[in-house]
Amino acid sequence: MSEIETIDLAARADEAARMMREEEPKSSRFLFSSWHLVLIPIAVVMVIPLVWMLVTSLQTLEETRHYPPTLVPTSLEFHNYTDVLKQAPFSRWFVNTLVVTIVVVAGNLLFCSLAGYAFARIKFFGREVVFVLILATLMIPFQVVIIPTFLIVKRFGLIDTLGALILPNLASAFGIFMLRQFFRTLPIELEEAARIDGASRLGILFKIVLPLSGPALATLAVIMFMWTWNDFLWPLITIYSPQNMTIQLGLATFQGAHQTNTNLLMAANVMSMIPVLLLFFFAQRYFVRGIATTGLKG
Amino acid sequence: MATRGASVRRVMTSDHAVGWAFASPAVLLIIVFGLIPIVWSALLSFQKTNLLSPAHWVGLANYRALPKDPYFEQSMVHSAIYTVLFVPFSVAGGLLTAIALNRPVRGIRIYRTAVFVPVVVSTIATVIIFLWVFDPNFGLANWLLGKVGLGPFAFFTSSNGALYSIVAMTVWGWIGFNVIVYLAALQGIPRELVEAAEIDGAGTLGIFRNVTLPLLGPVTLFLVVWSSINALQLFDEVYLATNGGPGTATYVPVFYLYKLAFQQAEAGYAAAIAYVLFAVILVLTVVQLLVGRRMVHYSG
Repeated sequence: MSEIETIDLAARADEAARMMREEEPKSSRFLFSSWHLVLIPIAVVMVIPLVWMLVTSLQTLEETRHYPPTLVPTSLEFHNYTDVLKQAPFSRWFVNTLVVTIVVVAGNLLFCSLAGYAFARIKFFGREVVFVLILATLMIPFQVVIIPTFLIVKRFGLIDTLGALILPNLASAFGIFMLRQFFRTLPIELEEAARIDGASRLGILFKIVLPLSGPALATLAVIMFMWTWNDFLWPLITIYSPQNMTIQLGLATFQGAHQTNTNLLMAANVMSMIPVLLLFFFAQRYFVRGIATTGLKG
Repeated sequence: MATRGASVRRVMTSDHAVGWAFASPAVLLIIVFGLIPIVWSALLSFQKTNLLSPAHWVGLANYRALPKDPYFEQSMVHSAIYTVLFVPFSVAGGLLTAIALNRPVRGIRIYRTAVFVPVVVSTIATVIIFLWVFDPNFGLANWLLGKVGLGPFAFFTSSNGALYSIVAMTVWGWIGFNVIVYLAALQGIPRELVEAAEIDGAGTLGIFRNVTLPLLGPVTLFLVVWSSINALQLFDEVYLATNGGPGTATYVPVFYLYKLAFQQAEAGYAAAIAYVLFAVILVLTVVQLLVGRRMVHYSG
């Protein structure tokens, strides 16, 4: 992706973020417009699978085996959720995923800030070559490198540990690139003044640059959170033991074992989605900004 | 001593040392887990290896074997069908949805949220939902389609329908992303242009065709390229929803290379497939960009 395109995308992303904050237009005096005839069916198609998941998760097994399907719950079997927690180590998978996600997000914020700042502001030997090489890794599909990456992680002795999920992801080319682009848009005068006053580079980064970079850091954190929380292929290859699984991998295992217990499966599914959904509702504009900038889904 | 201390300090605080100190943790990680695998993978593709016993060099044999491999051919055909359906549906569908969501009508934020939410739902969660919605016996889809006189369908369990069911499921999961990008672009269109066209007497359709659509050219090109890349890298949905089946009905290249590398101990051959796939993606992207640039330029 060329720099111009990226800047263009960043501008578009800001537009998208602004749009999400926008209040409903004052001109919408009418309760109903003909556009609702288009909007309502679209929204229904998008939401119905999720609603049905929620409804099924509260049904008895007999109700799930009923045809025609029931969209309105006749009973509320909340114990389905506690049954799931009893039948599979979901809380363990939850904690594993939370640990991996938090460490990966923190690692990316720290290491990508340091590297992004170096690439944006410090002229050091080999800077351009190294930066191009980092960008090159962004263009290679993950599937191409998955076998050697597995072998390297194996050599570190990390297979079937949470380390396999953490170490390779502590820094990302995407994060370095994004933060570098953002740091370059900050006014350099502040930093120059601080340097004249004798501040170190580290001091400048932590006391001047990072406090000004809240939105960029939040966007990176939200993207890395979603990406790590939802990752499937890499945990599938590196983790075997149930006690080391992430929520996605555990959910896939649970699905294999409980294919016919649809109500429990849906309850497990709902629980797996809660953290990302919460994040989505509270940090919607960073999600939108992140998605409009990149396309890091799946 | 004093001068030596000063010069050491000067080196320690020079831009070269500080720059490398800042960059090296991230750079080291990316070299070890990003760059080395790229080179290693290329070497693997010229070897016969099961990852356990010592590998030996076979030159281009892995690449030569590909055209004669029926599973590889099937994978590529399925991938082509999937891409040809997924890209237009998700991009054109995304555009139409974005236009509807760009209207200042009551409750618009609720509709927007409804369309965006599937984007944050993980693949396995999406698959679990759709295995249930597309359940041949108790699923919602057959019941709703039955109301308009269609079906019943076997969806994921039919060799004719499995691939199309995956298309439908992935369009549901992806379309919100395209809508977000299109909405942002629509909001960026200057109001004066639309107003000028209105003054000139252009109708709603005319404005859309002659003003809006051309201005969306660059975004559309980006989305077509990006959706195609992701379509050709399809794996998670196939692995989870159909496991390549029924039979080999949903074999796609990444699924096949996963099976080869991690279940059939053919890492070298799998690496060759990975590189061929990469080459296909690269060529397709370049062609799309070249064709697209011309078209986008024309209309803009």
